[in-house]
Amino acid sequence: MRALALACMGLLLALPAVAADYVALPGGRFTSVLPADGKAAAVQVAPFRLRTELVTNAEFLAFVKAHPQWQRDKVARILADARYLTQWTSADTLGDEVLPRQPVTRVSWFAAQAYCESEQARLPSWYEWEFAAAADATRRDARADPAWRESILGWYSRPSSTALPEIGGAANVYGVHDINGLVWEWVDDFNALMVASDSRDQGDPDLLKFCGAGALSMQQKENYAVLMRIAMLSALKAADTTNNMGFRCAKSGRGPTS
Amino acid sequence: MKRLLTFLAMLLMLGSAHAAQPLPGDSVYQLPVQLTGQDGRQQLLSARRGRPQLVTMFYTSCKMVCPLIIDSLRLTRNALDPAIRSQIDLLAVSFDPARDDVATLRSYADKRKLDPRVWTLARAEPAQVRQLSGLLGLQYRQLPDGEFNHSSELILLDAEGRIAARTSVIGRLDPAFVKAITETVSSH
Repeated sequence: MRALALACMGLLLALPAVAADYVALPGGRFTSVLPADGKAAAVQVAPFRLRTELVTNAEFLAFVKAHPQWQRDKVARILADARYLTQWTSADTLGDEVLPRQPVTRVSWFAAQAYCESEQARLPSWYEWEFAAAADATRRDARADPAWRESILGWYSRPSSTALPEIGGAANVYGVHDINGLVWEWVDDFNALMVASDSRDQGDPDLLKFCGAGALSMQQKENYAVLMRIAMLSALKAADTTNNMGFRCAKSGRGPTS
Repeated sequence: MKRLLTFLAMLLMLGSAHAAQPLPGDSVYQLPVQLTGQDGRQQLLSARRGRPQLVTMFYTSCKMVCPLIIDSLRLTRNALDPAIRSQIDLLAVSFDPARDDVATLRSYADKRKLDPRVWTLARAEPAQVRQLSGLLGLQYRQLPDGEFNHSSELILLDAEGRIAARTSVIGRLDPAFVKAITETVSSH
């Protein structure tokens, strides 16, 4: 009986304290920094749901305990680089320096995908992410407001050596927290953002890789705050991890009606 | 007869010893990617373990660069010594699973006279296509008109699925890549 009680407690401990919250976003026509056709076309974002909070250290720890193949000492190198989760004390301990409610960083795209799958979710597409991040506390699209841009640029200039704040910052109009100003975030199509607009250009490979950006991004030159994010994502490989790259998950559709 | 049996037993042992070897951590075969070939046969990407592979990604409705990608694969293979050539397989996976179904892949292979003993043209589900592109370090995006922007590269996997060499030279032969294939296959 006591063993059973202990087993039950263990089970309870293994479960995340609270299931992650997702909010429904309406989607719609959206003028992306990255025009769909490389010229000017607006994109159509289908209704989707987005995790209100970034995935935290505590949540990711519970995930690697349940899926040991994603622990840092077991993960296949092609799926996560050598820096993967090295901020933790050990493969299955956060340690004193790392707060449970800080967003998890130093995770690869593959690891982020696997985590989202464990929540029956996926990574958001770039357009979904950009759509959600265009909002501020009161407006769905605050991008024309210089103050919106300034606040993002202000975050970029914050030294990365300071400890990451915990999640739970102010929500935007959709109820999504910390989408600007805490960490960079993986998107599902991170390697789709900066491809040469004309694949027939077969010149210098470096030129091919990076000149596409020019063709794709001229829509809103003033919007370099967002373009910086695209440049960052495009520079990464799927196994890369960085000090400031975290993620949140998304789900397709409007979700259960309440 | 006894010698033959011993030989067979050794072969069996060799075979099982190979299968028992753990997959290297930097092998693309670490991720289960389900492919369907132009013959309709389903196969995990990792089932190709054991023989070096020349891999690329393309799509059949692409008019400009993709035919060149296929040409470049053929050109590269033809430039190899026959002894090397016979030890590698060719794999081209579509960026466009929505339009590249099995029948489309097969008719493309027929039209381009791609020998099915050498060539596998394959499709995968969209999420797996994105994963494969991540493994191989290739970029692609779909445009509103259904075309794709994508990086064009030929990638050499060694017998264990590790990326041994790659080239973005398309439309003509890359001698350095041919040399890398020869070296990788010889050391196998």
